[in-house]
Amino acid sequence: MAYAAGVDVGSTQTKAVIIDEDLQIVGRALVSTGSNVTIAAQTAYEMALKQGNIHEEEEGVDFIVGTGYGRYKVTFGDAQTTEISCHGRGAVHMFPGTRTVVDMGGQDTKAIKVSPTGEILDFFMNDKCAAGTGRFLGAAAMALDLPLDQLGPTALLSTRPVKITTTCTVFADGEILSLIGKGKKVEDVLLGVHHSVVSRSIGLLSRVGIEREVTFTGGVACNVGMVSVLNQELGFEVNVSEDSHYMGAVGAALFAMDRIVAGRSPARRSEVRV
Amino acid sequence: MTITAGIDVGGAYTKVVLLDGEQIIGRAILRTGYKPGIAAQECLVTALADAGISRDNLGYVVATGFGRFQVAFSQLNVTELTAAAWGAHALFPGTRTILDVGGHAVKASRIDESSQVKSFRLNEKCAAGTGAFLEKTARYMGFGADQIGALAATSSIAVPISGVCTVFAEAEVINHLSQGIAAADIMNGAIISLVGKSVQLMKRVKIEPEVTLIGGIMRFPTMVTAIRGTVPGDLNVPEGDLVQFVAALGASKLAQRQVHRLAEQGTPEAGRADLVGARAS
Repeated sequence: MAYAAGVDVGSTQTKAVIIDEDLQIVGRALVSTGSNVTIAAQTAYEMALKQGNIHEEEEGVDFIVGTGYGRYKVTFGDAQTTEISCHGRGAVHMFPGTRTVVDMGGQDTKAIKVSPTGEILDFFMNDKCAAGTGRFLGAAAMALDLPLDQLGPTALLSTRPVKITTTCTVFADGEILSLIGKGKKVEDVLLGVHHSVVSRSIGLLSRVGIEREVTFTGGVACNVGMVSVLNQELGFEVNVSEDSHYMGAVGAALFAMDRIVAGRSPARRSEVRV
Repeated sequence: MTITAGIDVGGAYTKVVLLDGEQIIGRAILRTGYKPGIAAQECLVTALADAGISRDNLGYVVATGFGRFQVAFSQLNVTELTAAAWGAHALFPGTRTILDVGGHAVKASRIDESSQVKSFRLNEKCAAGTGAFLEKTARYMGFGADQIGALAATSSIAVPISGVCTVFAEAEVINHLSQGIAAADIMNGAIISLVGKSVQLMKRVKIEPEVTLIGGIMRFPTMVTAIRGTVPGDLNVPEGDLVQFVAALGASKLAQRQVHRLAEQGTPEAGRADLVGARAS
């Protein structure tokens, strides 16, 4: 059995996924990227191997593709692919009807238009401003002293979102605290925060054109509040998988498997190491 | 002469200036925090103590700044642009262009000889391009806001910082630090980036000399030096900490004018209703 791996080094978290020849995920792992990107990539990869119970010396992984902003720091990788391609590929693989992908990560949000075969037709990303990314939610969590995984469930307790007028992530905590100071409920403010982030991502999506089905990927897709508000604002349900967080790594692993199948995989990985 | 108070409730700091004629007899500055109304109250009390007078001595109070509507005891509210125009005009009568770089907002305005605002541009939406950018950059490196000036002053070169987004700057700063670049040079680079954005804003109101620089960020000599090379004519910079108090000074000056007007009309308690000519928002 041949295995392929994808390692997605994001700004905030590093994800590794290992797939088998049937394109099933056999191992996955997630670690904080931290300041040493190479170590984070190595750790995530090794954890994924362990989880998949794969022993490198016997039936090792034949091809590794690195992706994400830190893809060139995946020193053990055999090739690199952009995260845009990987999210598109991963989303179409999991949800074949996907035509539009919204990927929300810790520091950037991307709207990607894909062909039925998963090729990238167009994309837009907010690489200039942290508003409308996971960081905006992170700032809210920090201001309200809530763990990230409580953001969505707490927001969904509300039925009356408070409008957040701040654009900038840096100024958001000031507005949030002053709203709380004025007696607004935490859940109402949080739902407002979710609406703010969603409205920005819909702005980005509109630029590539919203074509169904829409698949939501990236770490922020784990937030039930974001999924719910996005569905509400779009007027239909987006595709979300339990592995949405790993979508970039899944796409990278699929690209790696392509290389193995195409027989272009190097016989010994060490030869192509740079 | 009636004693007047000008209160400038800014996004980051609240400032009070008490005037007796041409003389500043008391002033105070305090973090605005999340309760602007309370900050204004406390700041006024501190300024009164500084002047050694009691609340009853105050003849007229004018509030300005983003939190002006939370000031319960003001008789008139004016925009910070009007207040800054009056303050800059009082210090430098030749002022025609004002650049106000504050903690949470940057404002550029062009005024005429009678302190009327002719044109203005604001940035209060994005922290990059405001003092918050410097404060965050300093914090990423483990320095406080009060250390920015001293830190930048020790730098000999400025390391370019993109300054597109304050949040994204963190990664850039950490990257620079890990490459062994001195914190001072990074701080200097952040200031240069901020100057670039501020001057761009100023150009959009059509710069006309004399240019007066105000706002807390102008306390940093590096900031003023960097701006100097990019605008025509001499730069007016109020001395020392006064740069932070210009809008509060202007508000206090406007309070004096109100007192005059009321005296002329013979109605000492016309109060809030008299907004004519003050361009109140």
